[in-house]
Amino acid sequence: MIELLQEYWKSFLYTDGTEITGLAMTLWLLTASIVLGFLGAIPLAIARVSERAYIRWPVQFYTYLFRGTPLYIQLLICYTGIYSIAAVRSQPVLDAFFRDAMNCTILAFALNTCAYTTEIFAGAIRNIPYGELEAAKAYGLNGWRLNAFVVVPSALRRALPYYSNEVILMLHSTSVAFTATIPDILKIARDANSETFLTFQSFGIGALIYLALSFALVGLFRLAERRWLSFLGPVH
Amino acid sequence: MTSLITPNSIEQSQRMGKNLESGYKLTVENLHKSYGDHQVLKGVSLKANKGDVISLIGASGSGKSTFLRCINFLETPTDGSMTLDGKQIPMVKDKHGLRVAQAADLQRLRTRLAMVFQHFNLWSHLSVMDNITLAPQRVLGVKKADAEQAAREYLEKVGLPSRVASQYPGFLSGGQQQRVAIARALAMEPEILLFDEPTSALDPELVGEVLKVLQALAEEGRTMLMVTHEMAFAKRVSSQILFLHQGLVEEQGGADILTNPRSERLQQFLSNGLK
Repeated sequence: MIELLQEYWKSFLYTDGTEITGLAMTLWLLTASIVLGFLGAIPLAIARVSERAYIRWPVQFYTYLFRGTPLYIQLLICYTGIYSIAAVRSQPVLDAFFRDAMNCTILAFALNTCAYTTEIFAGAIRNIPYGELEAAKAYGLNGWRLNAFVVVPSALRRALPYYSNEVILMLHSTSVAFTATIPDILKIARDANSETFLTFQSFGIGALIYLALSFALVGLFRLAERRWLSFLGPVH
Repeated sequence: MTSLITPNSIEQSQRMGKNLESGYKLTVENLHKSYGDHQVLKGVSLKANKGDVISLIGASGSGKSTFLRCINFLETPTDGSMTLDGKQIPMVKDKHGLRVAQAADLQRLRTRLAMVFQHFNLWSHLSVMDNITLAPQRVLGVKKADAEQAAREYLEKVGLPSRVASQYPGFLSGGQQQRVAIARALAMEPEILLFDEPTSALDPELVGEVLKVLQALAEEGRTMLMVTHEMAFAKRVSSQILFLHQGLVEEQGGADILTNPRSERLQQFLSNGLK
């Protein structure tokens, strides 16, 4: 156990000497996909609740597609499936993009979390009391102003408890990245296991790191809720 | 339709030093509104001079709230016309009804008519200060410091201590929330204030504090259009009263129509205890 730690602690935390690995890699995967997913989800959520069907439906189809299939399959399609198409390989930009495992992984993760986040934000938008939107219109806030100053700020706050859940689920989902050769926490745990055959210890250490990360995220979101959700008042 | 200039409103306008010849502040002509086959408004008209306080009264379902909401196009009227400061509001008709032709005109119209809602409709995620300064800043382009200065003045005017400025609406009583909503309306420096049953959602003991604010606004000579069930209050402050029944103006006149109603319907309405 001590030897395992001595041998692998650096790999588990940030590097195996040649590249970024372990916790640092998992954090990078999580941050990149969450940020991209978040940025995509805001306009998509607004589109998702649009009164116009031709705006709403494509978004609904997208979220249905990505929430209706396992993330692992999405990763496989992004990583190996798309690159197996000759048309993609013959296009230099696409060829370069999809040859890189990291690009494919972050693309798959971002698309996946974006779909869930879109539905979470859309639900939060629907939860804004109608009277508040009416008041905004009555005071001349329309179009992008209505969204930027009333709808989005209100929805993001209301979505916080559900969104924190999605972020933690996404953290755990990043563990499929090892199948695309990304050296995240789980990949290091597998390597340690196959080198030392200390299976319980190898995966146990991996689990503890995920656990600590979840714990930190929960704490951060609790602070965020205290800061941004207190408007709901003493009754909540 | 006979002229709606009542002795009371002339007196009030003269007191304000306004010349009646300069025209009406707001006129609404022959406003219709239907939902499908159901006609809610069957041609309601109204003329408001500057400084008029006009109360719309009537039973539930008489169309008074709908009328008020049509004026700032929260509801889409089916037919009719409007002028503001003597200028016709350009409208176009489509399959839903009448719309203001240009989005910019609609926005401008709405900033000139500030609405106070029955259920306050404050933005719950914003502090009281942000509620009052949001539209002046983002719609009228007022600088933050100026908007906040004005907001503090309006809070004082509606009788709220300055410490509520940093609170969220959800932490305030209904009466306080409605007074914040009135401050929010005043901060737009509107030409006309619209009140949609401003005291109906309040606990009885909180009604008085809001009525006091409304009365002070009326005495300042502000132009107000008010849907209300507070008959005693309407009698006290109104220069005109419109009694609506089934989508039509059944009776109209000065505050005295509440003491001497001519139409049978208004007599009935007043005797039904809705005073």
